[in-house]
Amino acid sequence: MDFIGAYSPDNLTFLLKGLMVTLKVAFAAIVLSFVFGALVGTLRYAKIPVVSQAMAVLVETIRNLPLILIIFFTRFALPEVGIKLSVEMAAIVALTVFEAAMISEIVRGGLNSIDKGQIEAARSSGLTYPQTLWHIVLPQGLRRMMPPMVSQFIALLKDTSLAVIISLSELMHNAQIITGQNVNWVIPILLLTALIYFAVNYPLSLIARRLEARQA
Amino acid sequence: MFGDFQWDILPKYWDMYAEGFGNTLKASLIALIASFVLGTLIAIMRIAPVKPLNWFGTAYVEFVRNVPLLVIVSIFFLGSPALKLPLDGFQSGTIGLTIYTAAFIAEAVRAGIQSVPVGQTEAARSSGMTYGQTMRHIVLPQAINIVIPPLGNQFLNLVKNSSVLGVVAGMDLMYYADIVATRSFVTFEVYIFAAMFYLALTIPLSMGVQYLERRLARSG
Repeated sequence: MDFIGAYSPDNLTFLLKGLMVTLKVAFAAIVLSFVFGALVGTLRYAKIPVVSQAMAVLVETIRNLPLILIIFFTRFALPEVGIKLSVEMAAIVALTVFEAAMISEIVRGGLNSIDKGQIEAARSSGLTYPQTLWHIVLPQGLRRMMPPMVSQFIALLKDTSLAVIISLSELMHNAQIITGQNVNWVIPILLLTALIYFAVNYPLSLIARRLEARQA
Repeated sequence: MFGDFQWDILPKYWDMYAEGFGNTLKASLIALIASFVLGTLIAIMRIAPVKPLNWFGTAYVEFVRNVPLLVIVSIFFLGSPALKLPLDGFQSGTIGLTIYTAAFIAEAVRAGIQSVPVGQTEAARSSGMTYGQTMRHIVLPQAINIVIPPLGNQFLNLVKNSSVLGVVAGMDLMYYADIVATRSFVTFEVYIFAAMFYLALTIPLSMGVQYLERRLARSG
């Protein structure tokens, strides 16, 4: 095991480049999946006749599929029906779709946890349903959703590593390239890669725990 | 677009799909049992009155939960030849799944154990039972009720995570789907069918977990 050679400046720079791509893709997916997830979650909560059920079927299907399948499908199967996406776009789309499904469940759970009495009071005070949602339910619900949402974002950061199967140049991909060059670098590089992921995720997990404690 | 959906892919390559599906199931079941045992052990380590064990248990859970599963599996798959014990894709995948899932199960079991009133433990110890006996006969049986829904969820995640075997040539459903796609020159239908196989496992499991959650919430 060659730790010194493994941690050469070239290798370390290459790993950091991968980390940049990981963070970029993860950030894009986080923002998009939050927007879509909140939208779908709220639509399901509002129990609109056809729309909510259609969303339910969509969400349940996506949530119950492996992310690897969704990533592979987005990049290699969609072109056969005319949707061609670059590696980076496919990764972002696949991650967004999957995580949005997860987030929609968190949002729906958070909204459901708001006492019905609040809605009744708002409605009988003259607020329309959309106004009730926007001013009363969503603000309170969002606060409750924060801890599981942060946990979901940690999961998303980890899941970006799966995009290696479509050759996205993220952290795991670059680590594999380095380890492929020299068999003595495998354990040192993989351990460092694990440490980098840990260094990014652990602080986030502490934030999630702090948020949860504050609500108790 | 859907007019020429090639339904014949499924019967033509059924054997491959079945082989992959079988291995996915196998890996998931082995990892479920192994990670349950390991996870319970780690949970007990975290709450045992022995500081070094506490530290190890906590470090294990915190580290593993914040590292991607693929990294853990790769460490075993790519790193095992260097330690003169080469593991194939299926083995490293299953070991990685076990180690990864055990961390999550440890947290669920710990929450379950800590939900049992302390008075129970005190009563047991003052009646002369050892710590081990107290765990086995008093605490763990009561903790099981709280622990079952999160465990069901972890099995669900396990089945989905087993797809990582495909990345290390672990003979699972994803791996065979890749082979079928290469041989048939078709991608769309091949992966739709693979998705259906996964859903055949995960949707019943998901419904089962939701049912359990409702039942246990009522009686608990």
